[in-house]
Amino acid sequence: MTAPALQARGLVKRYGRVTAIDGADFDLLPGEVLAVVGDNGAGKSSLIKALSGALVPDEGTVLLDGVETHFHSPLDARHAGIETVHQTLALAPAMDIATNLFLGREIRRTGPLGSVLRLLDRGAMRQQAQEQLDALGIETVQHIGQLVETLSGGQRQAVAVARAAMFGRKMVIMDEPTAALGVKESGQVLDLIRRIRDRGLPVVLISHDMPQVFEIADRIHVHRLGRRAAVVRPADATMSQVVSLMTGALRPGDPDAPPNLVDT
Amino acid sequence: MSVTEKAAPSLRNRSAEAFLHNPALGPLAALLVAIVVFSVTTSTFLTVDNLSLVVQQSLVVATLALGQTLIVLTGGIDLANAAIMVLGTMVLAKLVIGGSSSVVALVAGFLVCAALGAVSGGLVTWLNLPPFIVTLGMLTVVLAAGRLYSEGNSFPVTDNLLGVLGEGGYLFGQIRVTHGMTLAVVMFAVTWYALTRTAWGRHVYALGNDPEAARLTGIHVGRTRFSVYLVAGVIYAFAAWQALGRIPNADPNAFQTGNLDSITAVVIGGTSLFGGRGSVLGTVVGALIVAVLRSGLTQAGIDSLYQDVATGVLVIAAVAFDQIVRRRSR
Amino acid sequence: MRRTVPAVLLTVALLGTAACTQTKSGSGGGDSGGPVKIGLVTKTDTNPYFVKLRESAKAHGQTKGAEVIAVAGKFDGDNEGQVAAIENLVQQGVKGILITPSNSTGILGALKQAKEKGVLVIALDTETDPKDAVDATYATNNVTAGELEGKYIKATLGTTPPRLLMMDGTPGGTVDEQRHRGFLQGMGLKDGDPAIIGAAPTNGDQNKAQAAMENLLQRDATVNAVYTLNEPAARGAVAALTAKGLAGKVAVGSIDGGCQGVADVKAGKYLATVMQFPKKMAEQGVDAVVAFAKDGTKPAGFQDTGAQLITDKPLPGLDSKDTTWGAQNCWG
Repeated sequence: MTAPALQARGLVKRYGRVTAIDGADFDLLPGEVLAVVGDNGAGKSSLIKALSGALVPDEGTVLLDGVETHFHSPLDARHAGIETVHQTLALAPAMDIATNLFLGREIRRTGPLGSVLRLLDRGAMRQQAQEQLDALGIETVQHIGQLVETLSGGQRQAVAVARAAMFGRKMVIMDEPTAALGVKESGQVLDLIRRIRDRGLPVVLISHDMPQVFEIADRIHVHRLGRRAAVVRPADATMSQVVSLMTGALRPGDPDAPPNLVDT
Repeated sequence: MSVTEKAAPSLRNRSAEAFLHNPALGPLAALLVAIVVFSVTTSTFLTVDNLSLVVQQSLVVATLALGQTLIVLTGGIDLANAAIMVLGTMVLAKLVIGGSSSVVALVAGFLVCAALGAVSGGLVTWLNLPPFIVTLGMLTVVLAAGRLYSEGNSFPVTDNLLGVLGEGGYLFGQIRVTHGMTLAVVMFAVTWYALTRTAWGRHVYALGNDPEAARLTGIHVGRTRFSVYLVAGVIYAFAAWQALGRIPNADPNAFQTGNLDSITAVVIGGTSLFGGRGSVLGTVVGALIVAVLRSGLTQAGIDSLYQDVATGVLVIAAVAFDQIVRRRSR
Repeated sequence: MRRTVPAVLLTVALLGTAACTQTKSGSGGGDSGGPVKIGLVTKTDTNPYFVKLRESAKAHGQTKGAEVIAVAGKFDGDNEGQVAAIENLVQQGVKGILITPSNSTGILGALKQAKEKGVLVIALDTETDPKDAVDATYATNNVTAGELEGKYIKATLGTTPPRLLMMDGTPGGTVDEQRHRGFLQGMGLKDGDPAIIGAAPTNGDQNKAQAAMENLLQRDATVNAVYTLNEPAARGAVAALTAKGLAGKVAVGSIDGGCQGVADVKAGKYLATVMQFPKKMAEQGVDAVVAFAKDGTKPAGFQDTGAQLITDKPLPGLDSKDTTWGAQNCWG
């Protein structure tokens, strides 16, 4: 087995008496799409927050490319090359696509215009934005000067994904990217995810949509009661088996359970 | 994603669209119409003298509104701006009367205004208090401080440097241009540049659009918000200087409605009170519209109460348009 | 574009109204015939005193064939608003400007420019400082008015030593200072006299006056005389005195002669008020500008438009009129 791109062992996070993460493990392999599924309250989002720096775990270790890493803020994770597409998308609606792609990471002109007058290189940002959209095959938007608020839900999602793909060097985390979308637009977002994977960037996909998970994921991480219950391959399992694992009706060791890829 | 064919955007299309999207366009059209109508209905409006006068009349409120624009763009509001400015005028005047050099007085005035802006900004940013409440409190405190400091007196200013913005010359031997006008043009240009051509400006807009989104994209939300209030404070100091140029008398009772006047100019100029949308160009136009209405309606023989009605209707109309545009964009 | 169209329509509609009004009043603009144009700049639009001034000027202007354009500051002390109003009126080509200057020193520059352009400038109600910043002043002599109030209160107290509370106006205001000074002259007191047991600025506002009086009474309720700068302040003061059970035990005087004030005196809320005559100021002002337009005669100096003590309890040696006369001659 190849070395994981990101590995977490024994993560714990407690809020008073509530334990949100209870000794969770996590492995993301290079170039894979890993779906994270779990019932409401299973602690998926806490796990993801711990991996993206949005919360600091009380115990446990995170290894990025085998190196132990401590994230104290989302910015730390971003600087380490981990990009997150939030469910809210984190786009500024009254600003155009190019501006949104570079928000917080603007490119300045070279020379004194940039260093003294802080002048932005709008041409370069537009050009790189356009190249990124082209590379990802996002063609429904008319031009990168379009305001985000004039875009459809799917197009906005595409912009947020494009931004993550542009700056994510290690991995991209996507939180329910298709929850608000129709069938056709969901399909387009799944295409995007595949293209990102094909570039060699691993993707963590949090989703409730089981058919979608089975369509796109290379492996499925089942989260239950604050820890990893099992990791299965879609080819080895049925949807109802995965749902049973999520709810605890089926345990990894059971005779009719699908093969578990990790020790739990 | 590949179903739709890719529309190659021509550059001309793009700039045309950007032009039509510019929120200052509606107000600009309204300003032009107002000027045309007054030019036709009165024989006295469209004269070089009068147009220069209208600009001079709008300078102080326009400068206040410039600072207000920055704050409104972040989704905030500043009710204390005129009070800070008035206190600034008194610091300037009183120091000079007390024998300080005018340069020292100017520095002190700028420091006081900047510090007061920083106090508002600090409370809004780090105590996470609503700007409306913070600046309402600041308004009361600063007004009282001004009255204490002045002991109810007003201070006539005879100093050359403090009154210099009311001085000026004639362009082409005809058009009266005061130094205050020149300063205002420079200030608006610099602010426009900072808002549209630097990362800071983009962050200000993003902050007003959606602070949570701005935070998630890695913008230093707190630092940016604070800097806006600080810069606004400095701009109010310029407004204080402008005010002394126009009326060389620092009066604790002056500009009692300056905060609302500046909000009026900002709103008429098409900047959204919800934050994230608007421009300094709009604010210039908004301030000019108010002055043009006042001047033109007076010259058409309309009493001031009806002038207030007209201004009020414009404010409501501007906000209504903003709402309609926002609703459509959802 | 969709934003532009309604904005344009709205502006056209607004300005259409402006144009119509202008046609109706029949002003041609400029000096070519037509009625004499007179600008009236009051401190605010809200005070009934200024409303009376405005209405009297407009009505009198009509009988004299003059058009009066009334413009006001937004609040007491709005120098900026008054300066803009003067400038706009001068641009419009008025023959004369009647002004109740907001802050005496604040608007001198604009008035000077107006005079330089040949506009007759007359101060109504409030003097400028220096006085020759205007061609003439038509006003109540506020020192006299204050003195009348003071003499009356002194006469009412008789031999009782005064324990005086003073409801002042706006700190630094000319009228405020003159009435205050006049009152103390009438009482035979000086500022700082221990008989003055308290003073507070009220801005001539009833609510502020009430709160100020409540606070002063909290500190010292041995008061037997109250000076008020105007009738709203008197009403506020009386309300506070009544709540303390002091109504009728304290001699309260006031100045203004508004109809409500005269009614207050009639109802016995306070003993006396000193009436001033805004109608006279306005009419004499309009007459002066009309005369100036006709043959260039300029009025000069200070013209006292009079002050009249109004009370239903006349005291020997003080000329006074009763509230019936007051009700016929009051303003507001």
